[in-house]
Amino acid sequence: MGSFILKRLINLVPTLLVVGIIVFIITRMIPGDPASVMLGPQASVEDVENLRAELGLDKSLPAQFVSYIADLAQLNLGYSYSYSESVFGLIAERFPNTVILALAALFIAVVIGIPAGIFAARKQNTIVDYVVMLVSLVGVSMPIFWLGIMLVLFFSVNLGWLPATGMGSMDDGLWAFIKHLILPACALATIPMATFARITRSSMLEVISQDYIKTARSKGIKEYLVIGKHAFKNALTPILTVLGMQISNLLGGAVLTETIFSWPGMGRLIVDAIDKRDFVVVQGTVIFIAFIFVLVNLIVDVLYKVVNPKVNLDSDGGKK
Amino acid sequence: MTEHLLNVENLTVEFKSSGSTMKAVNGVNLQLNKKETLGIVGESGSGKSVTATALMRLIPSPPGKITDGHIYFNGRDLLQLSEKDMRNVRGNDMSMIFQDPITSLNPVLTVGNQIVEVIRAHEKISKKDAATKAVEMLKMVGIPEPEKRLKMYPHEFSGGMRQRVMIAIALACNPKLLIADEPTTALDVTVQAQILDLMKKLQQEHDTAIIMITHDLGVVWELCDKVNVMYAGRTVESTTTRQLYDNALHPYTWGLLESQITMGTQEQERLPAIPGSPPDLTMPHSGCHFASRCPLATEICHHTAPELVEVQSNHFVACHLQSKEQIVERKEGIFNAAK
Repeated sequence: MGSFILKRLINLVPTLLVVGIIVFIITRMIPGDPASVMLGPQASVEDVENLRAELGLDKSLPAQFVSYIADLAQLNLGYSYSYSESVFGLIAERFPNTVILALAALFIAVVIGIPAGIFAARKQNTIVDYVVMLVSLVGVSMPIFWLGIMLVLFFSVNLGWLPATGMGSMDDGLWAFIKHLILPACALATIPMATFARITRSSMLEVISQDYIKTARSKGIKEYLVIGKHAFKNALTPILTVLGMQISNLLGGAVLTETIFSWPGMGRLIVDAIDKRDFVVVQGTVIFIAFIFVLVNLIVDVLYKVVNPKVNLDSDGGKK
Repeated sequence: MTEHLLNVENLTVEFKSSGSTMKAVNGVNLQLNKKETLGIVGESGSGKSVTATALMRLIPSPPGKITDGHIYFNGRDLLQLSEKDMRNVRGNDMSMIFQDPITSLNPVLTVGNQIVEVIRAHEKISKKDAATKAVEMLKMVGIPEPEKRLKMYPHEFSGGMRQRVMIAIALACNPKLLIADEPTTALDVTVQAQILDLMKKLQQEHDTAIIMITHDLGVVWELCDKVNVMYAGRTVESTTTRQLYDNALHPYTWGLLESQITMGTQEQERLPAIPGSPPDLTMPHSGCHFASRCPLATEICHHTAPELVEVQSNHFVACHLQSKEQIVERKEGIFNAAK
C-alpha cells in the first residue's frame, strides 16, 4: 500500500501542472483588464499602466506563464493586490470555514441519507420505499439557490428562529455558532443526502439478494447484524465512491450556498476574485481545490482496500 | 407413532409475481429420524430447494409465502415459532449449506469471523474461546493450518475449501439436522467425492441427520437412506434408496434413473432424456403434472391428479399405475398398439 500512495503522490505533480495550465488560459480569457477593474472607472491611464506593470500584466503571455509556473514550483501561490494578502493567507483564512460548512453538510447527508437508503431497500416496493425515493428525487433536482432562499424566508424572515446570513463566532458561544451553521448546512446537504439515499438503496438491493445474505440468515444471527454487518459492508464500495466525490465537491467550496448565506468560505472567495479580475487568487484557489480533490480521491482509493479485501492496490496502481 | 426428528406435513409454498401465483411446493410430506439421511431429488424447478429453504423459514417474503402445512422439528411446529425463537433454531438445531460455496461466504469478512459469529450467536462464549472452537472446526473439516486460515478471506480459498468452511460453519453448533442444498454441484468431480466423504464421516461422528437436496442419483446412492422424488412441487415417489433402485414405480423416477451414466454406458452413446420440460406452475392444472411427458399416460392422467399412495410398506407413489404389473401391462399395450 505504501508504494501505491507514493506513486499517487508523484502523479499529483503532472495533475496539478495540467490544472495550472488550464486555469491560466481560462483566466486570461476572461474579458476585462484586472488593473482597470481594480482601480475603478475614475483611474487615470497612467495609474492603470503602473498597476499593470506591478502585477506583471504588461509582460507577454508566455513570459507571464513562465513566472507563474516558476512560482508554483516553489509552492508560491502569489500575492493578491486586491486583498493585500498572500493567496496562501487567504486560503488559510477561508478554507477552515468551508471545511466547517462541508463537514456539517456531510454529517447531515450521511446520517440521514444512508439510513434512509438502507431502510428503503429493506422495504422495497412498499410505501416507505416510494416516499424515500420520491423525496430523494426531489432532493437531487432541487435548485440550491431556490431552496436556500426558501429556507431563509421561512426560518429567518417568517419564524425568526435562525439568522439568515453570516458565520457565527465561537466567542459568542457554541449555540450562536451552530445557529448560523444550520441553514447553510441544510441547504448544502440536500443534494448529497438524496444522492446517498439513492446509491445506498440500489447498492443494498443488489447485496441483499446475494447468497451470503441467505447464509447469514441461516446462521440464526440477528437481523440488524445481517443488514448492518453482512450486507452494508458489501454495499459500501459504491457508497464510498459517491462519498469521495461529494466530499471533494463540498471542500471545493459551495459557491451558491456560500453566496446566498454570505458564508466566508472558498466558494465566495473565488466568486469575488473573479468579479475583481484577481487572477492570482483565482489561479491559487483553483489549484488548491484540485489538490484537495486528488487527495480525497487518494484517501477513498485506500479506503476501498479497507472495505473490500479483494482490492489489490499495489498490483496495477489502482482497483482490481 | 414414533417421534420423528422432522415431520413435515402438507407443506405448501406459494410465490406471487405480477398477478399470478405459483405453487412451488404443493402439499409435501417428509419424515426423518435421528441420524438418518434423506435425499430429495428432482430436476431444476421441481421445488426441492424451495422445500429446503422453507424448512429453515428463509423463503424471501414477499414474494414467497408458506401458505399451508406444519413443520414439526423435535416435536415443535416451526411455523408457529416467533422470529426470535426461529433464529435460535437456525444455525443451532438446524443448519444449511448451499450449492455455490463461491457466493455463499461473505467476501468482505474473514473466514474466522464468519465461523465465530455463528458460535457466538448460539453460545455464551468469549470471542477468544469461540476462535479456538473455530480453529477446531476448520481442523475437523480438513483445512490445513487452521490458525492461519482463520484470518484469511474467502477469495483466498479454493472452491472445495470454501465448501469445507461452509460445512464448518453449519456444524459449528452441532445441529441435529443439516440441510445440504446441492452441496457438490458447483465442485470438481474429485472434490465432490471428498466433500461427500467428509459429510458422511462427520455425520457418523456427530449423529447428525441430513437432508440432501440433489439432482444426482449417484449422490443419493452413496449417502442416503431414503429418497423423496419431487416433480413440479409435489412428491411423486418416496421410499428407501434400495427400493428406489430395485423397484422404482413412477415413470418420472425411471426417467431419472435411465438418464444416469452407468458402467454399462457405451462410448458415444446418447443417454436417454425425459422429453419435454416441466409444466408452468402458475397455470391451474387438474391432472398429473407429469402426464404430458409420460410415455405411459392414459386418459385419466390428464384430468385427475393421482394421490400419493403407500403401495408397499414404506413405498409411496403418486401415479395411477401403482404396481409393476400394471405398468408392464400398460407398456405391452403401447408396444402392441404400435405394431
